[in-house]
Amino acid sequence: MSKANLLDRRAVVSQLLKDRNGAIAVGGLGASTYDIAAAGDDDRNFYLWGGMGGAVMIGLGLALAQPKLPVIVITGDGEMLMGLGSLATVGVQKPANLSIVVLDNEAYGETGGQVSHTAASVDLVGVAKACGIADSRAITTMAEIEAFAVSLKEGSRGPRFANVKIDAANLERVLSNRDGTFIVNRLRGSLGYQPI
Amino acid sequence: MHARTETASDSQPAWPEEIFSTLQRFDVRQVPYVPDAGHSQLIERVLGSSTMRGVPLTTEEEGIALLLGAWAGGQRGVLLMQSSGVGNCINMLSLTQIFRFPFLTLVTMRGEWGEFNPWQVPMGSNTQAAFELCGVKVLRATHPEEVPEVIEAGAAQAYNASTPTAVLLSQRLIGAKVFVK
Repeated sequence: MSKANLLDRRAVVSQLLKDRNGAIAVGGLGASTYDIAAAGDDDRNFYLWGGMGGAVMIGLGLALAQPKLPVIVITGDGEMLMGLGSLATVGVQKPANLSIVVLDNEAYGETGGQVSHTAASVDLVGVAKACGIADSRAITTMAEIEAFAVSLKEGSRGPRFANVKIDAANLERVLSNRDGTFIVNRLRGSLGYQPI
Repeated sequence: MHARTETASDSQPAWPEEIFSTLQRFDVRQVPYVPDAGHSQLIERVLGSSTMRGVPLTTEEEGIALLLGAWAGGQRGVLLMQSSGVGNCINMLSLTQIFRFPFLTLVTMRGEWGEFNPWQVPMGSNTQAAFELCGVKVLRATHPEEVPEVIEAGAAQAYNASTPTAVLLSQRLIGAKVFVK
């Protein structure tokens, strides 16, 4: 069921990744990976088709290894809820180049639209703040997305966290590559690293 | 059986320092960990190092995802945990097969060799089998003098061949934890 005034997930992700300045984008299991693929395939897209709850930690490992590059994790509310502890871990490390965006449709869209905890009681912005991510905000307009997109690509003054309430409509899937060795070696290659 | 005590006057064993040197030689940069008494000397060494970054975790599975990200970004890492934490990792260990990245974990064993706490036994008894079910090769060090060569072998097969590897550090090596009132 759609509500009024919620943002379109594809428009949000495509704005976040426009003119990306070399940014690495990690997509969580589920629709956020399709959104990143829909915005355009890129050597620096890191698609997940499993490992639920791990997206933020993969982003953290990347951000620590590549401190000069912007790293953006784009995931869903269900995937984020499974890895809430990773926000606590990020809050301790505080990588300046890491940004986390949750596309919050308050539902598990991939499995039939069952409501998630964010529909009832969980405030992910509050969680992120309480974990020590000082720059944590709720975004409700495309103008705020544009401003956030500019700051995240600077790759500094993070970590930052944004929760974006999006329309829960299930969009057509845009299937990304699913071969992990290809995805990781392509990204490594773009950074100047070889496979083993 | 020797018992582990935790007073400041204890002389420290040499093997944690030997592990640290080997990890340095293999250019390990990110060291996620969930604390365990058996790893305390190595964790202190990592946190004091200028080339390694110790990353405390809230749960062990975070470390597997972190090491994938590290590798994707050009760095090697190692996950430090205790045997009970292995059970927390099961689904996330899928990443080692999907991405075939160099995965090495050093696991201090509980639930064996004179264990006092029965709650450590179920997972400690299944640690090796759980790893093997998930496609992770298991090596074990039981005596101080064999630690360097076992760690060397584990690091070599993980980093040179991307063979996901767990090195179990036996409770016999570490000493059974003594609970006193």
